[in-house]
Amino acid sequence: MEQSSAALPSGPVVHLRGAVALLGRFPALAGVDLDIDARRIVLLRGANGAGKTTLLRTLAGLVPVAGGDAVVLGVDLVADPRPVRHRVGLLGHATGLYDELTVGDNVRFWGRAAGADPADVEQALIRLGLDGRLRSVAVGRLSAGQRRRTSLACLIARRPELWLLDEPHAGLDQEGRDLVDALVREAVSAGATVVLSSHELDRSLQLADSVITIAGGAVRPEPIIVPDPADGGAP
Amino acid sequence: MIRDALLIAGKDLRLELRSRVALNQVLPFALLVLVLFAFALDPDKSVLTEATPGLYWIAVLFSALLALQRSFAIEATDGNRDALRLSGLDPAGIFLGKVLAVSVQLIVLEALLGVGVVVLYTSRIDGWVLLAVTSVIATASIAAAGTLYGVLAAGLRVRETLLPLLLLPVLAPVLIGSTRAFEAALNGSPSEGWPWVGLMSIFASLYVVAGIFGFGPLLEES
Repeated sequence: MEQSSAALPSGPVVHLRGAVALLGRFPALAGVDLDIDARRIVLLRGANGAGKTTLLRTLAGLVPVAGGDAVVLGVDLVADPRPVRHRVGLLGHATGLYDELTVGDNVRFWGRAAGADPADVEQALIRLGLDGRLRSVAVGRLSAGQRRRTSLACLIARRPELWLLDEPHAGLDQEGRDLVDALVREAVSAGATVVLSSHELDRSLQLADSVITIAGGAVRPEPIIVPDPADGGAP
Repeated sequence: MIRDALLIAGKDLRLELRSRVALNQVLPFALLVLVLFAFALDPDKSVLTEATPGLYWIAVLFSALLALQRSFAIEATDGNRDALRLSGLDPAGIFLGKVLAVSVQLIVLEALLGVGVVVLYTSRIDGWVLLAVTSVIATASIAAAGTLYGVLAAGLRVRETLLPLLLLPVLAPVLIGSTRAFEAALNGSPSEGWPWVGLMSIFASLYVVAGIFGFGPLLEES
């Protein structure tokens, strides 16, 4: 599945310098410096409330940047974050689905909203195993894992250039987690860049090729330490 | 913009078809309002007949509040508003789509309420053209103003109570205009009703233009 190639930036996909984002008056990001090159899988780690979700939402153009520089996919977020939004795919804690609509309706609606081909929508349903009976089931009747799969189908139907995944393995069974990892690798092979936050470090460290830690609204890079399965997967 | 509007309208109407909130809650509420007016004014049948246009449009306005609140409640759950902002849909298209979906629901409701008025108030219906045009223009006015104020109230904790407080005073000209136009139609003097339709057309146009330009910034703030 190829990613949308519209205006791929020649520089880093993400470039933040002293980026500040406020939630009310609280500086949820307090001077973040970060560069992410294209086709990378970056793991974002940190304690609860450290600012992982805010960073992902900022990169998606949903949280205004109050200070510093912030350029994502060549779009200056300080000037106007809206042009970047349709080029990113954000999988957050909320699913963004309509409970009364069926799985097929939801994926079709969000796919069409992003200008996706009907073939891409169909492919997304098939890839997530939602093309059978589940297609015509109302989302409100799904399990948490099935809702997560539906959200993922909406995301891949959009073919985003930058994937922002907030706890993508949460609520999924083993097969679903493996599928997420496979989708991430496929997306990167096709040209996308992925930033993900996860508390499942053993799995995520196998997937990522770089790690950054966020604490107190600031980030610092870390050398990646791939866990040794012989040690029980502990990093 | 038109493509986005049709996409949003289709989605909202499909949601209504599946959930049947308007059918199961808004329509019975509107009919109940009509019945209560009939009970209150029944001893004096002439007053009831005379007040029919005003009572009808008050019932429509109250029902419209429910439909408008529902239109934004479906975007308030499970991150749907963020998903809309990320979708790349034109905010003006989202506005027009929501106006279209609310208008379709209100037109159906008004038709069914019209039957209720004939049955309960034994009113005679005349001036069909004026009645139909008044309904369409008044509905567009209510939906456009309501959608604009709906997104304004959407991000606030007190949205359920704030929307009626904001919207009902704003819609007073529509209530007056539609009532006068209906009176003119039912009294057999439609020429007296058309100026009111013109007034409501200006109102609807102003709010559609305001919504096309103002909905995006308000969606960002909500």
